[in-house]
Amino acid sequence: MSITRIYGLFLRHFYLITRSFPRILDLVYWPSIQITLWGFISNFFATHTTYYNNAVGVILTCAILYDFLFRTSIGFNMLFLEEIWSRNFTNLFIAPMRIGEILTSLVITALIRSLIGLVPAILLTSPLFGISILDLGIFLFFLFLSLYIFGITLGILVSSGLLRFGPSFENIAWSTMFLLAPFGCIYYPIETLPEIFQKIAYVLPLVYIFEEARNILINQTVNIENVYYAFIWNAFYFSLSIALFYYSFNAAKNKGTLINMGE
Amino acid sequence: MKNLIEVQNIKKNYGKKEAVKGISFNVEEDEILGLLGPNGSGKTTTIGMLLGLLKPTSGQIFINNLKLEENRIQILEMINFISPYIELPKKLTVKQNLYVYSKLYKVKNIKERIEYLSEKLRIGELLNSITGELSSGQKNRVSLAKALVNEPKVLLLDEPTASLDPEVGDFVRTFLEDYKKEKKISILLASHNMNEVTRLCKSVLMMKNGEIIDQGKPEDLITKHGRTNLEEVFLKLSRSKSEYN
Repeated sequence: MSITRIYGLFLRHFYLITRSFPRILDLVYWPSIQITLWGFISNFFATHTTYYNNAVGVILTCAILYDFLFRTSIGFNMLFLEEIWSRNFTNLFIAPMRIGEILTSLVITALIRSLIGLVPAILLTSPLFGISILDLGIFLFFLFLSLYIFGITLGILVSSGLLRFGPSFENIAWSTMFLLAPFGCIYYPIETLPEIFQKIAYVLPLVYIFEEARNILINQTVNIENVYYAFIWNAFYFSLSIALFYYSFNAAKNKGTLINMGE
Repeated sequence: MKNLIEVQNIKKNYGKKEAVKGISFNVEEDEILGLLGPNGSGKTTTIGMLLGLLKPTSGQIFINNLKLEENRIQILEMINFISPYIELPKKLTVKQNLYVYSKLYKVKNIKERIEYLSEKLRIGELLNSITGELSSGQKNRVSLAKALVNEPKVLLLDEPTASLDPEVGDFVRTFLEDYKKEKKISILLASHNMNEVTRLCKSVLMMKNGEIIDQGKPEDLITKHGRTNLEEVFLKLSRSKSEYN
């Protein structure tokens, strides 16, 4: 692994972001809107239901966590799509970069992109709604880490599809998170789902992350098992995504997708 | 002379379709080899295999005596490529693009290298311009600078002067001739501009339907086929394959 090459590819995206005010605005705008919207909904539920009575910020906290996941996943896909849209894809793959270097660089850049959007959104919640996500304590770090790994995993899976099938896979890139969101139990307990859907939800790390966030905020207790299972499933899906990316890269070399990308 | 590119009986099949049917050729140090052929003849597929973007169905490729299959990264460090069909990131300035690619190729003394290329390719005044706002001729020279940023031993050029006006086209050709002489690099040039090929290439390969149907020095091919220029030879070979197989 070469730090110089990883830094080089990071710079390519860093320059792109910092050169364009609309791009920065876009990164900040959507999370802030999302958090503000869910903040008002959260306030409404907190005063009109018993379930959320003792935890005003549950919905809002889950909205922030989900937004972080969403931005990380989409951010990773965007970095890959940027290369296709700018017709720079071939230049990237004829540069002497190892797959691991490309992925590492994109993983770091995706995190920075997500944080650019997330930090202002978190800062908004305190003055507007009197809520601090830091109420989750030290476990906030583990929940964010889990979401980050899963967001990156989804990004790598979608990028594998882009490598294998080309730009026609782009629509899938945008819809992955929406497909998984119902099974993630972001805003409701898993018992809300029909039994068959619960079985699907239990093999995703998301349900453990959001159940645990609610558990900490509502019951003021920590169920370490949830954090543990989230990491186990994350490790499984992350390994699978890396293997699939290598497989797709080799398949693209056989099929010729790498030289026709963008067409 | 040492062969910097050695292609040994490479084939590429897409399912049942044979895109390249077992071709072999070498490119020596300090040589420009022309790769000619009508659209769909297998030129781009061949270049794709040399760049490691495509895996040959069979056969071997050696660059500077290293087997491509086993030394992809090491080989990519010493080759580069330009084509009008690929571009540099449009929103970045020329300098940022050259800096980024210098990092990807782990170039030492980046500042000096960019200054050298800027002077040679007359892009000094463009360094702070947005790449996407440049004219075709300017973009072409910037792409060439990117392709030379790692001081490649082997340069693969796909239509390097397509869509350029005659003045810029001539500048690029002269630059390539001088640079090849100075650095003793090998160049594989795929082009439909027969005057360009005649001027730059020591020898040419004529491809059609995935095969090499003739090869030799441009002047020898013209004599052999009883034509007055390479374009006529190209047309003759493109139109009637069976005669020369």
